[in-house]
Amino acid sequence: MSDTGGEVQTYTVRLELVDEPGELLGALQPIAEAGGNLLSIYHERGNLTPRGHIPVEVDLSCAPARFETIVESLREAGVNVIQAGSERYDEELVVILVGHLVDTDLSDTLRQVESCADASLTDLSLSAPRGSDDTSSARLRLKTRSGTNGKALDKLREIAADKELQVVEPLTEASQ
Amino acid sequence: MSGARLAVLGAGAVGRSVVELAAEYGHTVTAVADSSSAVVDPDGVDTEAVLDRKADAGVVGDADPADAIEGPYDVLVEATPTTLGDAEPGFSHVKQGLDRDKHVVLANKGPVAERYGELRELEADSEGEIRFEATVGGAIPILSTIEDFGANHITAARGVLNGTANFILSRMAAEGLDYEHVLAEAQDLGVAEADPTFDVEGIDAALKFVILSNVLADGDQEFTLDDAAVDGITDIPGTALDLAAEDGRTIRLIGESTPEGVSVAPRLVPADGPLSVTGTLNIVQLETTHAGRLNISGRGAGGPETATAVLSDVSRLVE
Repeated sequence: MSDTGGEVQTYTVRLELVDEPGELLGALQPIAEAGGNLLSIYHERGNLTPRGHIPVEVDLSCAPARFETIVESLREAGVNVIQAGSERYDEELVVILVGHLVDTDLSDTLRQVESCADASLTDLSLSAPRGSDDTSSARLRLKTRSGTNGKALDKLREIAADKELQVVEPLTEASQ
Repeated sequence: MSGARLAVLGAGAVGRSVVELAAEYGHTVTAVADSSSAVVDPDGVDTEAVLDRKADAGVVGDADPADAIEGPYDVLVEATPTTLGDAEPGFSHVKQGLDRDKHVVLANKGPVAERYGELRELEADSEGEIRFEATVGGAIPILSTIEDFGANHITAARGVLNGTANFILSRMAAEGLDYEHVLAEAQDLGVAEADPTFDVEGIDAALKFVILSNVLADGDQEFTLDDAAVDGITDIPGTALDLAAEDGRTIRLIGESTPEGVSVAPRLVPADGPLSVTGTLNIVQLETTHAGRLNISGRGAGGPETATAVLSDVSRLVE
């Protein structure tokens, strides 16, 4: 292994900051100093975490070996790191829903999928050939955070079970 | 010993084919029984006459079925219909054979899926051994492949192990027809039985994956049908297959055996991938620890096909 620790990857770090001047800059400094390349910063000023702090989402790229050092130096600098990892919506999940999709309010189903299953819908195909009396099918293409397909599927199953819909799941990528 | 003396219990498609093909494999059939009759001859029964009589009169001989189990043989072939729960009378047949220190070869899934632990205990107390290649995937050598690799070198098994359900799904996808139409066609062709419940509800596939899990767990854990999460194909409309096809995929009734358990359900698979076999073909993928993935496919049902698995088990036992 080279000393850069492999190919550069993209990571998302969620922080919470006290709403005081200089806090944000103080949090970003350790990232740059530890060799991380800042890609984007999303400062959710309107939101508050349960502790009354402001959530900040930082996207950065670095070599995998550097990433832990960056998170550590953030914590050493007194920054509260809520979540760290390569968590971007970069995995795809395709499922087919079968059942009385129209009668059970398809748009509500999709809204639930997006909010509860933490997935974003990128494509929808609906096939309802003989009106709403018959069962219809819908193909959903979802983007999920990497490594969370399993969780998203669990949620999807719950949502579908509530509405008596059947989920035709893909085999997981490990099995393809 | 090369040729073995066989007592064949069950005169359905598999039992009859075993009787018919035994001589070709160098074995002698010394007893045949169906549910109401039997024929026993220590020197070997006239297999052709027995099969004719079964076809004409519905019986295999004038003796009592119990005479066959108590008669002279080296290997008992249990090919009676699969039953769930207590798996009787198959389980008792196996027990009687093992109690007499005889080998038993099963084509009946019931005992191996529902009472695996008890079977292995009976085997441990017997000079005889059990083998059951024919219970999983007909002619495909799945269990002997696992045996050769070692169960501890295989981390998961998955695939298509029900030809009827696979036939229906692949016809629905190819012809754009609905389930009911294709089921009727399959029944006309003899691919589906008059009561297709076992096949289309996923129970038959689940039994096979339960057996695979029992073999892969190698005594660490025991599975029965109750442990399997089973979904069938009866609710899959043609539209779902259309939507899958638009995306380069298709739907197959896929079973999975992993250390976490057993499941059978309609799943999305790549249309051009190894798991999307068509017609009545079966396929099993084995994940190995050092050799990647193995795909084994072939004919998973049928009298002569399944009989070849029974007879190779017999040969392994007596060679």
